[in-house]
Amino acid sequence: MRQIAIYGKGGIGKSTTTQNLVAALAEAGRKCMIIGCDPKADSTRLILNRKAQNTVMDMAREKGTVEDLELEEVLLHGFKGIKCAESGGPEPGVGCAGRGVITAINFLEENGAYGEDTEFVFYDVLGDVVCGGFAMPIREGKAKEIYIVTSGEMMAMYAANNISRGVLKYAQSGGVRLGGLICNSRKTDKEFELISELAAKLGTQMIHFVPRDNEVQRAELRRKTVIDYAPDHPQADEYRELARKIADNKNFVIPTPITMDELERLLMDYGIMES
Amino acid sequence: MKLKIKDHNELFQEQEYVEQFERKKEFENCPSAEEVRRIAEWTKTEEYKELNFKRQNIKINPAKACQPLGAVFCASGFEGTLPFVQGAQGCVAYFRSHLSRHFKEPMTAVSTSMTEDAAVFGGLNNMLEGLENAYTLYHPKMLAVSTTCMAEVIGDDLNAYIRTAREKGVIPQELPVPFAHTPSFVGSNITGYDNMMKGILTAVTAGRKGEPNGKINIIPGFDTYTGNYRELKRLLYIMEVKHTILADVSDIYDSPNSGEYKLYPGGTPLADAADAINALATIALQKYSTSKTLDYISKEWSQTVSALPPVGIKNTDRFFEEISKITGKPLPQEIENERGRAVDAMIDSHPYVHGKRFALVGDPDLLLGLISFLMEMGGIPVYIVCTNGDKKFQEDAEAILSESPFGQEGRVYINKDMWHLRSLMFTDPVDILIGNSYAKLLWRDTGTPLIRIGFPLFDRHHLHRYPIIGYQGVLNLVNWVVNTVLDEMDRKTMNTTSFDVIR
Repeated sequence: MRQIAIYGKGGIGKSTTTQNLVAALAEAGRKCMIIGCDPKADSTRLILNRKAQNTVMDMAREKGTVEDLELEEVLLHGFKGIKCAESGGPEPGVGCAGRGVITAINFLEENGAYGEDTEFVFYDVLGDVVCGGFAMPIREGKAKEIYIVTSGEMMAMYAANNISRGVLKYAQSGGVRLGGLICNSRKTDKEFELISELAAKLGTQMIHFVPRDNEVQRAELRRKTVIDYAPDHPQADEYRELARKIADNKNFVIPTPITMDELERLLMDYGIMES
Repeated sequence: MKLKIKDHNELFQEQEYVEQFERKKEFENCPSAEEVRRIAEWTKTEEYKELNFKRQNIKINPAKACQPLGAVFCASGFEGTLPFVQGAQGCVAYFRSHLSRHFKEPMTAVSTSMTEDAAVFGGLNNMLEGLENAYTLYHPKMLAVSTTCMAEVIGDDLNAYIRTAREKGVIPQELPVPFAHTPSFVGSNITGYDNMMKGILTAVTAGRKGEPNGKINIIPGFDTYTGNYRELKRLLYIMEVKHTILADVSDIYDSPNSGEYKLYPGGTPLADAADAINALATIALQKYSTSKTLDYISKEWSQTVSALPPVGIKNTDRFFEEISKITGKPLPQEIENERGRAVDAMIDSHPYVHGKRFALVGDPDLLLGLISFLMEMGGIPVYIVCTNGDKKFQEDAEAILSESPFGQEGRVYINKDMWHLRSLMFTDPVDILIGNSYAKLLWRDTGTPLIRIGFPLFDRHHLHRYPIIGYQGVLNLVNWVVNTVLDEMDRKTMNTTSFDVIR
C-alpha cells in the first residue's frame, strides 16, 4: 500500500487535482482511498457526487465522543469504489483543527479503514504544514511520499518552498520523501519553465504540468471529476497522465529548499519580477 | 514546656473558626441552611435522578484516572526504567502524588516541563534537553516516554523526536527509549497502560526472536495490588512454572525499608522483557487494559494469548486450567488445598452475604472479577458503574450477570460517574457499596457501608498489600465483605435484643 500526501497553497487546486487523479487511478482498476485533512471537508465531493460528507469530527461532535463512532458512518464509497473519509474539524476561529486531523487519522487506522486490498491512500492536506497536526499524514508509518501542488504565481511558489522546508524536517528524521511538484496551471508567463526550474532547485521534478481548462470547472459544478463527467475530453487524459506518472514514479528525494532571495532571483531571471 | 498540638477536628471546632466559617458563608452569599437542606433532599428524589441521567456536559466524581498515569505506572515496573513524560510538569506531579498517596511510597517520574513557548514552537527542544538531563542525572537503563494533553494537542511526533535525539547524540544509540502517545482526553488509565506496554514490548523485543524459552508471559494489567504480584509469583513458584511478569511493579511500590533509598528498586529485568517474544504463551490478568498489547503479541510474536482475570473461584480455576494446558503441569495439591480453604470460608460466611445487594464502581476488569466473585457468594450485584467502560465491557458484564440467578437484578452503567450512582443509591438503596476512596463521599451521603477495593485507596492503609487474585485473594475478599456486613449488623442492632456476640 502506498500512502501519499498532497500539500500546497490554499486555493491552488489540491482537492480538485487529487480527486481527478484518484478517479483516473480508480478508472484504471486501482483500489484507492482519499482522506481529507481539512476542516472545510471538501476533499471528496467530486468522488461522492454530493456536498460535503459526514466528517469524523462532525460525527464525534454529535455523539459526544469519537469512541462511539462506527466506521461505516464516516467511510463512504464513491466513484469506482473509491473509499472516502473526511477528518473535518472545528468552526473557523475556535478549537484546534490540527488535533482534529490527528484524532481522525487515529480513528481510521484503529478501526481498520485502510483495509487489506487498498493500493493507494491519498491525504489531501489543508494549505500549509502549519502545525504538528497537519504533519500527521507524514509521520512515521504513514505517507512516505509527498507531492506539492503549485502554479507559476509567486505566492504558490513561495508556499511550495515553505512546504519543502516542513518536509525536510520530517525527511531527516523519518522516511518521508518529496515525489515532485504538480503544476496546476494558472496560465502565468513562462509557467512550465519556471516550475521546472523551481523543481530542479528543490532537488525534485515537475511530475506533470496540468493545463488550465474550463472543463474542470464545468465538471465541478456538477460535483464530478472530469474523468467521471467527460471521460473523452482531453483534460481527462491529462489527469490520466498524471496518475500514470505518480503510479510509476521512482524519483523520491529529500528536498533542498531555497531562500526567499533565491526565489525572488528565480522570478527575476524569468523576467516576471522587475529587479 | 510541652507543646500541645491540636488535631484537625479539634482545631476547627473552636469558637474562632466556627465564627469564621459563618462569616465566610455570609461573605460568599451562601443560601440559607434551610435552602441547602431542601436542595440536598431534592437530589435524593426520583425526579432529580432523571435529570441527573440526562446530564451531558459535566462528569462529577468519575471513577477513572488519565492515560499518562497508566503509562507511567506501567513503565515504572521495568528494571532501571525512568518514566519520562513529554508535557507539562504539573501533570507529572499529579501522577506521582496520586500513586504515592495510594502506595505510601515514593514514585519516580520526570517531565519535560513544556511551557508556552513549547506550545508554539513544538516540544522538540524540551525533549532533547529532557532526555539529556534525565539520562545524565538518573542513569536509567530505559527511558519510557509518554505524553500529556499539551504535547498531544500540538501534535508532537515522539518517534521523530527520539530519533533526532539519538542522531544528535544526547542519548546513546543503544539506550532503549520506547514511547506511547497517551493524550489524557482519550481513554483512561487503562488505555495508557496498554499503549505504554505495547510501546515497551515493541522496543525491547525488536530483533530478539530466537529459540523458544519455555516460559509464560504474564501481564497483570493496571493492577495496583502489590499483594497480587507477590501472590502470582508464589503460585507460579509452587507450580514450578517458568514465567516473566510484564511489568512487575511489586518491588517498586512495596520496597523494604532498609534505610537506603533506591531510585530503581526492582522491576521486570530488561533481558527477560526482551526474551518475552520467545515465550510459550502470554496470559493477561486483565482484558481491557491489555487489548492492544495482546493484539500486538498475537500478530507480531505469533503467540497464543488469553485474558483470564483470576478473581473469584471460577475465574481462578480457569486461570490454572490455562496454565496447566500450556505447560502440561497439573495443579499441585498445595494449591488444591488453598482452593478448599477458600471454598470452606465462603461456605462459612455465605449466609450473611446471600441476598445482600451491592453497588460497585471501578475499572472494568476489576468489576468483572468482583461481580463474578459476589455471585459465587450469593451476593446480588445491582449497580455496576464503570466510567471508563465501553460497550464491549457492558456486553461482557451482562453476559456474566446472565449466567447466575443472582445476576438478574444487575444493571451495567458505562460512561457514568459516582454522582449518577448516588442518585441510584438514594432512589433504590443497596446494602453494600464497593469502590475506591472517592466512594466514601457516597458512604457519607447515603450511609451505605463501603468496602474499599480498587484504585486509588488514599484513606486506608496497606489494603494494596493483600492479594485479591487466586484462592488467597478469595479469602481476603470474603474477609472484607462478610466482616463489613457484620460490622453494619452490629451497628444497626446496637441497642436491640438482636445485638449478639456470636455471628
